[in-house]
Amino acid sequence: MRKILFIGLLASLVLVSCKPEPAALTVMTHDPFAVSEDVIAQFESAHNVKVNFLLSGDAGSLVNRAILSKENPIADVLYGIDNTFLTRALEEKIFESYQSSSLENIPDHFELDPTYSVSPVDYGDVCINYDKSYFIETGLELPASLEDLTDPRYAGLLAVENPATSSPGLAFLLATIAEYGEENYLDYWKRLKDNEVVIVSDWETAYYTNFSGSAGQGSQPMVVSYGTSPAAEVIDAETEMDESPTASLVGDKMCYRQIEFVGILNGTQNRAIAEKFVDFMLDIPFQEDIPMNMFVFPVNELAELPEEFSLYIQIPENPAELPLGQISVNRDRWITAWRELMLQ
Amino acid sequence: MAQKSNWKRDITLLTVPLIFLIIFYLLPLAEIARVTISRFNLDEFGKAINWQVVFSALSFTFYQAILSTILTIGIGLPAAWLFGRFKFRGKNALRIASTLPFILPTVVVAAGFSALIGPRGWINIFLMQLMGLKDPPISILNSLSAILLAHVFYNTSIMIRVVGAALSQFDQRLEDAAQTLGASSWQAFLKVTLPNLLPSILSAVLLVFLFDFTSFGVVLMLGGPQFSTLEVEIYIQTVQFLNLPLAGILSLIQLFFTMLVTLALIRIGDSGFAVPIMPRMQEENMRSPRRVWEKAFAIGIIAILLLLLVSPVAALVFKSLLIEGSQGQEISIKYFLELFSNRRQSYFYVPPFQALLNSLRFALISSLVSLFLGMLLSYGLRVNSRFNRWVEWLIMFPLGTSAVTLGLGFFIFFFRGTGSARWYPWLIPMVHSLISLPFVLRVVQPVLRSIPANIHWAAATLGASPPSIFRRVDLPILWRSLMTAALYAFTISLGEFGATSFLSRPDLPTMPIAIFRYLGLPGSINYGQAMAMAVIILLVCVISMLSLDQLQYLSFRDKA
Repeated sequence: MRKILFIGLLASLVLVSCKPEPAALTVMTHDPFAVSEDVIAQFESAHNVKVNFLLSGDAGSLVNRAILSKENPIADVLYGIDNTFLTRALEEKIFESYQSSSLENIPDHFELDPTYSVSPVDYGDVCINYDKSYFIETGLELPASLEDLTDPRYAGLLAVENPATSSPGLAFLLATIAEYGEENYLDYWKRLKDNEVVIVSDWETAYYTNFSGSAGQGSQPMVVSYGTSPAAEVIDAETEMDESPTASLVGDKMCYRQIEFVGILNGTQNRAIAEKFVDFMLDIPFQEDIPMNMFVFPVNELAELPEEFSLYIQIPENPAELPLGQISVNRDRWITAWRELMLQ
Repeated sequence: MAQKSNWKRDITLLTVPLIFLIIFYLLPLAEIARVTISRFNLDEFGKAINWQVVFSALSFTFYQAILSTILTIGIGLPAAWLFGRFKFRGKNALRIASTLPFILPTVVVAAGFSALIGPRGWINIFLMQLMGLKDPPISILNSLSAILLAHVFYNTSIMIRVVGAALSQFDQRLEDAAQTLGASSWQAFLKVTLPNLLPSILSAVLLVFLFDFTSFGVVLMLGGPQFSTLEVEIYIQTVQFLNLPLAGILSLIQLFFTMLVTLALIRIGDSGFAVPIMPRMQEENMRSPRRVWEKAFAIGIIAILLLLLVSPVAALVFKSLLIEGSQGQEISIKYFLELFSNRRQSYFYVPPFQALLNSLRFALISSLVSLFLGMLLSYGLRVNSRFNRWVEWLIMFPLGTSAVTLGLGFFIFFFRGTGSARWYPWLIPMVHSLISLPFVLRVVQPVLRSIPANIHWAAATLGASPPSIFRRVDLPILWRSLMTAALYAFTISLGEFGATSFLSRPDLPTMPIAIFRYLGLPGSINYGQAMAMAVIILLVCVISMLSLDQLQYLSFRDKA
């Protein structure tokens, strides 16, 4: 019986893999990707195509998987690559260039790639979230700059993620490099370390085990998270609330802006429909669907934001940014140096 | 032995498992090597390898694995003795409860631990109030102690199951005979019982050590970033830096050392003498603790197991029911109900029942595949020849290989072109079988080898055909260990996350994948749903274990 089962299984494996594919578009994206059913259904019926999604880990792992499979691309479109990994993908030439007509409603400063290998879809800020009730109860002032975080009054109050294993952790490291420069950022981190900053491996642990403002009720009232997390705390709460238990610190250059892009993978057999999908991601229905599904901001200026976003989210006026070229050349070295300093 | 002349039959038996190993293990790994070499020239190779990283990861990996294994033996062996020798009330419940940790994803275990001993955990709050302290007295999260504690939490059940099963199969008349011949009970234990149990003990120790050595989630999430094992470093170098040469070297070193340890333990196991273990009646060896020291021992061990293994799981269940209501905290099943609603009309919404079915389907296929392959292997490897020792050793390799490496290998080797999306989730039960196979072999083989050849001869002389010898003689003897093996294959598959995450498709998530998805979002509902989902995995596991326990004590005598 087991033998039959096993042989049957292998046979079905082989059979299924040989069948020709009807009109289908494969989109590889990162794990946090989410979209409403009806929005995808609209696209599928308008173009008579089935869209398959491949969730491929976090942003870094997504790009690496695309690079490792570029000889035999496993998808037609890739969405979710951000400005910290963009250059690695561009150097590996995994994208085909496409200039969508829908780009006209998207501000130029989001279009980081002049060759149109990728198009911007959304952006979000990595900011420090704080537990409002802690600061009200203790009467402690809120830190107004990255420098303030080294003040002994905030000793042991901040949880950050390891930039080697976490994308918000990497964004925060880049924010400190944007502020202090390549020469002095390690010195800043040394002072943070002396001020008992808590370092954990991933966002899940930082937010749910360490942060006191979340459901996990940890012991640090400040955590490196996303600028939109306070809105999520209201929207995804089990009891209705009028205000968020948390908020973001949006002082000058305290947040780091991440922009996410979509691109057509080199070697696709479905170029025409892949172009349609890129247009679709930049047009209003998808753009307006983005905030409530992925908690980031649409790049299309005409897309309207949900009410919760204007109510509970502080948008940094002056987020930190680093030139793409500088990131690509130095990223691995920065992280390695950081690890050597912080984890000894 | 009669089997010796049958090497042709043995080779035939080994063919299918070996082909499986080549397709699902060797070829994917070879593909990683090919891609690595094609992407880097020799010069870059040298530059990419940071020996400092390699040495510090290697030494820490050994350090924590040895400490964890010693602690697990220290608690697991007495516990196995308790389960193998004594009857007590609630024994079955405790046995099931102590196996539960095995299936829990690390993220969820972290939540259980922090609910208990986190800075604002219940035990700390209780102790602070009791002793009037200002600071929490227990602070072990993000430390080496957390890693050790979690390893004991995860792996004690291996000792209990593997050694306990052997103990309950042990023919106690041997011990009685030794005592009749004038041995003290201590001497009888040392000279008779222990040597007989040694193969099982070594098997269990080996499995525990391998799990500790290749530990990933525990080190990453509970230990925190200041601790880096080989496995964690492989993950970082692969996923973050795409530094395949360094990841490759680290994988090779990890494989080398795990295989060295495996070889040593297999050798020691072989050098022991195999005294027949006869099939015993259920609970034949069991009695209630009578003497004072026996009672003290039983109570002590039960208390330790409750504290270390059961309380974090209980904390988790409690947490899934505790919600922040308008008038403070209250008990509610809101999170469980929330699992069934698709509030955002998300395209990726999968009803929890569907995730459950996916998990069960993959677990069922992978336990059948690994049991089938494991049986072929156990029979093919019955004779203790040099060639067979090599095969036996080879089968252990996947357990010493990093889950990231396995997942990546599957990804590079099997994912070709956009059509892959249609069938690749079927690779999940294959990779799970690959990981379970060493378990099945380690559990079944010692028992099979202990069946005395003269029983076979007697059956054959009495006219039994080989199939009916298998059915009437071997199967009843093997049955309990087969069910133990099935249980492990099943639970490994239910809980596996690392390799699955490479192969999972959004419409076919397993339960651990679904938990991870909930925890990826801020908001108390998502956190609560992750806890609720974890409790559902626990329930599924309890039910599977109860039904396997029923099967385990299936009576063959009635049928024959």
